[in-house]
Amino acid sequence: MFANFAQRRNLYYLISASVIVPGIIAMIYSTIVFGSPVRLSIDFQGGSLFLVKFNGPATETAIREVYARFGQSPTVQQLGDPAENRWQIRAGDLTPEQQVAIREALEAEVAPIDTDQSTFDTVSPAIGSEVTLAAILAVVAAGVIILGFIWLAFRRVPHAGRYGVCAIAAMLHDVLVTMGVMSILGIFFGWEVDALFLTALLTVVGWSVQDTIVVFDRIRENLPKHRHESYEMVVNRSVLETLHRSLATQLNAIFVMVAILLFGGLTIKEFIAILLIGLTSGTYSSIFNAVPLLVSWEKGELPFARRREASA
Amino acid sequence: MTLFPLIWLIASLAALGVVIIVRPSRHVTWLVIILSLTTFAVWCDLPDNPGIRLDLNGDGTYEIDKPIAIRQGLDLAGGLKVLLEADLPPGQEPPAGAMAEVRRIVSDRIDSLGALEPVVQQQGARRLIVELPGYQDPERAVSLIRSTALLEFVEFPYPIPAGTVVQTDYVRGSGAQPGEAAVTESPTPTVEATATAEEGTASEAAPSGQETAPTPEAPVYHTVMTGEVLAAADVTVDRATGRPEVAFTLTSEGAALFAEYTSAHVGGYLGIVLDGVVISSPQIQSAITGGQGVIKGNFDLESATQLATQLRYGALPVPLRVDSTSTVGPTLGQISVQQSIRAGLIGIAVVLIFLLVYYRLLGVPAALALMIFATLNFALYKLIPITMTLPAITGFLISVGTAVDGNILIFERMKEELRHGKRLGVAVETGFDRAWVSIRDSNLSTIIICVVLFLFGTSFGAAAVRGFAVTLALGLVINLFTAVVVTRTFLHFILLPVQEQALTARRWLLGV
Repeated sequence: MFANFAQRRNLYYLISASVIVPGIIAMIYSTIVFGSPVRLSIDFQGGSLFLVKFNGPATETAIREVYARFGQSPTVQQLGDPAENRWQIRAGDLTPEQQVAIREALEAEVAPIDTDQSTFDTVSPAIGSEVTLAAILAVVAAGVIILGFIWLAFRRVPHAGRYGVCAIAAMLHDVLVTMGVMSILGIFFGWEVDALFLTALLTVVGWSVQDTIVVFDRIRENLPKHRHESYEMVVNRSVLETLHRSLATQLNAIFVMVAILLFGGLTIKEFIAILLIGLTSGTYSSIFNAVPLLVSWEKGELPFARRREASA
Repeated sequence: MTLFPLIWLIASLAALGVVIIVRPSRHVTWLVIILSLTTFAVWCDLPDNPGIRLDLNGDGTYEIDKPIAIRQGLDLAGGLKVLLEADLPPGQEPPAGAMAEVRRIVSDRIDSLGALEPVVQQQGARRLIVELPGYQDPERAVSLIRSTALLEFVEFPYPIPAGTVVQTDYVRGSGAQPGEAAVTESPTPTVEATATAEEGTASEAAPSGQETAPTPEAPVYHTVMTGEVLAAADVTVDRATGRPEVAFTLTSEGAALFAEYTSAHVGGYLGIVLDGVVISSPQIQSAITGGQGVIKGNFDLESATQLATQLRYGALPVPLRVDSTSTVGPTLGQISVQQSIRAGLIGIAVVLIFLLVYYRLLGVPAALALMIFATLNFALYKLIPITMTLPAITGFLISVGTAVDGNILIFERMKEELRHGKRLGVAVETGFDRAWVSIRDSNLSTIIICVVLFLFGTSFGAAAVRGFAVTLALGLVINLFTAVVVTRTFLHFILLPVQEQALTARRWLLGV
């Protein structure tokens, strides 16, 4: 079925677009409604987040009343089994004094707090915006360094720059898929992007590039060995040869992550879910985006590449 | 068990000596190295490892004392984390060394909170991270960290050497000035009055005959007034001696108090005490009524400047503001970590089964290599030590995925070569050689990402991101060793007794 692998490249681009386009729409919607393409946690926005376990029933109204006295209108959400009395309360930035005062007021007026099983976080808005800037910088820096690295590793192959650009294109694909899915999950389930999400995103970037390099590496090796074959055939051959490895590796990653999803701690489940989506996208994009893109480029099918050849 | 490191070192050196003399094949040499490293790692991994403690010269003290234990992060152990930042106008950097000084002072202060193993780390040029495992009250911690220096003017019966820690009857936070009730005006205008210092450091502080000798229990001295009444403090130079000193101006309330006290105690000693430590014990030579005074002591310009700054802004050379606080309940982390470790073990078990089912005989060395990979990683976490947080554990699990990928790359390549009709020995060699380039390039690119993550995590106290990057990068580096060298060595010894023809006839054993 993969005999003419590279021929169906328009289908592969279409599949990618069918995930990315809804994601982009979600990001635009999210920007209009929430002011950012993905819902941001207090890590990036500043504010306070209490994950409280009460030793007794609590009501949203009672919690709101306490916060209202401190001039706050929090987002209150019950988590998990209602019998466990776990609540997530998100509000504006609080000073340490306010934080303690609110905790005491909640204990007195709502229900006793099980501090052993609760967390209380505050982040000042100033550092939040600084973290956002640094996060964007980190992703851009990673992209530029990887581009240089691939260009260096493939410098003996004709059109070395193309490999770097195609790897980066696949990487952007995975970033868009991950961000888009996160945006959709944010709209429907209120998932928020925190520092851990950034970790997941950069891991996806690393994985995507790693996967792409393995396939490109085989093309690099096969090109001088099969001089009589067309570029498309060599690429085809290389993908088929590395397919077993790609699938086996992806399968193993899925084993570990599904195990964590099923049995792991509550706090990292969102992180692992995003990682799973991103890594799957990473495997897909290196085979079905990065490689077909190389072929499209070689054949002059890319708009910008064609223009350049026409003018030359 | 305590003798293990020594025995291990001698045994390893002996084995190394034998290897150098006998010069066996490269596989045997690697096997010796692998066994030696793994033995040491297994010892490190023991849950009740005593640490490396060696008493080299037999004098009862340990010259080498390195504990080997897991360091639990705050999200696992529970506690309070506070990220503080120098509260300066944007663009203005704290003076050189100032943050290091802040770190030292904050460390001293939080010791009194009684948290187990508190951590105070400088993050970048202007941030400070404070971790208090087991501690839950952010208000008290922050107010203590940011509190200004407590300056007291204390009634001393005799000069007390600078640097002595003394107890006073002033209770911090009570607010009221000790002598407030006794404010009386005593208008004795003098041109310029200063408390002339008698250097506390010079005299050995022998009781000068007056008053009683100090009791064996720490005496409690009376605080006349505190730094609350201070309006300004600056460095000046004594015209007579050329030595730096600190001149201070009092508020009108303080001036009144000071005048009243000094006029009543001429000839007595008025100790200047900062955060419970004596700075100097000058003698009151005349009543001071102008609301101005000078602290003389054994100062150089630097220490005088420091004292003046401390008096003005509190003991911290740079004011701090709170960037973020995080309080984690201890049980929450425990449950989370237990679940995640169990999940990780299940995941690794499934991967091991996959390797054995899919690659059969080849899977055996790969499975062994993966177990050694885990052993080495865990040993390094305890040795370095790396703070174990949930993201750090996740980073390790992701690196397991990469470790397996190395073996998959190699084995797929071998199977390909076998399908092309190559002999087993040749296929094994080619598999390793060809796959090495892919493994190296792909691991390197991920290590680059880890460096970026680490830098990001370091500058913002995002310990989560940093922990993930560290364990992932460590896993990738170890993987370069286990996936390639360890697997290759084990594969050699497993295939050694097998007849090549027999194996070629039963290729299913290799999963081809």
